[in-house]
Amino acid sequence: MSTKPIIQTNHLSKIYKTDLLETVALSDITFEINRGEFVAIMGPSGSGKSTLMHILGALDQPTNGEYVLDGEKVEKLTDDELADIRNRKIGFIFQAYNLLPRTTAIRNVILPMIYAGIPKEEREDKAKKYLAMVGLENRNEYTSNQLSGGQQQRVAIARALVMNPSILLADEPTGNIASVQAEEIMTIFQNLNNEGHTIIMITHEPDIARHSTRIIKIKDGKIHEDYINHKQRRIKFKT
Amino acid sequence: MEFSEIFLEGLGTLTLNKTRTGLAILGIVIGIGSVIALVSLGQATQQTVQNQIQALGSNLLTISPGAINQGGVRGAAGGRTNLTLDDADAISSSPEITTIKNISPELSRRTQVITGGSNTNTQVVGVVPAYAEVHKVSIASGNFISQKDMDAVTKNAVVGPQVVSDLFGDGANPLGQSIRINKQTFTIVGVTTSKGGTGFLNQDDIIFVPLSTAQKQLFGANYLSSIALEAKSSDIMTDAQNEVGYFLLSRHKLSDPSEADFSIVSQQDIINTASATTGTFTSLLAGIAAISLLVGGIGIMNIMLITVTERTREIGLRKALGAKKKIITTQFLTESVILTFTGGIIGALFGIITSYIISRITGFPFVISGSSILLAFAVSGGIGILFGWYPAHKAANLEPIEALRYE
Repeated sequence: MSTKPIIQTNHLSKIYKTDLLETVALSDITFEINRGEFVAIMGPSGSGKSTLMHILGALDQPTNGEYVLDGEKVEKLTDDELADIRNRKIGFIFQAYNLLPRTTAIRNVILPMIYAGIPKEEREDKAKKYLAMVGLENRNEYTSNQLSGGQQQRVAIARALVMNPSILLADEPTGNIASVQAEEIMTIFQNLNNEGHTIIMITHEPDIARHSTRIIKIKDGKIHEDYINHKQRRIKFKT
Repeated sequence: MEFSEIFLEGLGTLTLNKTRTGLAILGIVIGIGSVIALVSLGQATQQTVQNQIQALGSNLLTISPGAINQGGVRGAAGGRTNLTLDDADAISSSPEITTIKNISPELSRRTQVITGGSNTNTQVVGVVPAYAEVHKVSIASGNFISQKDMDAVTKNAVVGPQVVSDLFGDGANPLGQSIRINKQTFTIVGVTTSKGGTGFLNQDDIIFVPLSTAQKQLFGANYLSSIALEAKSSDIMTDAQNEVGYFLLSRHKLSDPSEADFSIVSQQDIINTASATTGTFTSLLAGIAAISLLVGGIGIMNIMLITVTERTREIGLRKALGAKKKIITTQFLTESVILTFTGGIIGALFGIITSYIISRITGFPFVISGSSILLAFAVSGGIGILFGWYPAHKAANLEPIEALRYE
């Protein structure tokens, strides 16, 4: 495994321009994230954390600065090149799960593999394997509206993992879920992190952020604090 | 991503909202259906008119007297009296004429015909026996005008089935009955079989009498209203027209075709003119139907645009998961082509059934050309691509973040 950081940003900024005014959403963001970290990005609404998330997820491009994801420069790319990077390197987990409506769990997990051009038999096998991993082996043929919020988010996690991405990018993953199920989701995240997956999670709940190994706080488009979550480290070393 | 998967997914999406899908398809069904039905109606009309003209005889040339021109005033064509039985005899006996098989000099007038309590106004034609051969007239009962009738100037008449029903009622046997034409009494000796046709082409509303009787006793005229000629084959119609034309010019002591006091029209000319007319009619009908097809296409575009707006989040998600523009475009285009193509198939069936019903009601032939069905499919597919392109393009160019944020 290479020791190079999996994410490197260099003076990232994002400025939204309208005719009348310029809004600086992000300015001078420079940080590195190493393989195997579980980072929580925190901040009040309007702080720019969602904009940062979009740039890290290759959904948007910075106005200035550099972004290197797993050795690939993610700037000045075409829409289709960005789509390809999202497909291969990023696993998204959204607050609203964003499963395809009226579509079975297994079809949802298969979807990114279809876009990657993976052969049909392999897709089925992998989708079943990952659904089993998140504890939904008996729910393959359930459509999203037949599943609880927590189950839907677990389908979304299986979908995010199935392409074996470089990073998992979770945007308020427990925001819509009852607290008991939210704990289950966070347990899954911690297990994935223990297996070596790099996770970047946006949240505004300290209760959720405490599961991470590192916390970056954003305020007014700038990094306000960036520290190791020693409590979590300790727990991790104990087990 | 393989096309079969996009196709199945599109089919799945469309079956989710059956009412909307059905309504979108309905526009195309009506469009394609009316194109097929109206084109078929036009073609049936064309064929009917052609059949009626062909029923007048085959390889037919008709000589009519020219118009009278006096002091720059042009009279009605056919008003001259310069076409005579001698002309007809000269054509049939001349060794120069090699292209003509049969010749039928005719004198016809519309006149009142009376029997017992009923009367009718019909075409009375003085004919020679060759008329039956030239004009393909066959006899249902009795006999046609014979050479004997000609020589003896008999007052025998052969009537069409329309005249029988007008004068004696349907299904009556008129043989041996008397009718009064121009105050002279004739005996019915034959009835022709029905040829159909309407208006000026009605071959059933007609009475035949010997030409000699018509000229000498009935109308007191020594000229002819026309001479019908049957050419030996359809390939030599133009040759026959020229041969007879120059022969008559020299007989009438005229040197230049522009001075001709007669005109020769070939049956093919009439068919071509009629075809051109009915062809225009068909195009007009197809044009009107095409407008409804256009409206159907706009309906498809409307539905697809609504679909794109409704599925903004889904499109965003697909892009976030790695769908490229081409895949999104193909996905939406596929859905609209499925809609229009299904509409095309149902519309074609609907059009064929409609034309069949029309043909049963009107008695027109049932004409469905393969080309109009093929065209309907090509057009419906084309409409799917044309009107689906804008919504598909719109979907493919949605920004993934905007799409994911959309509520």
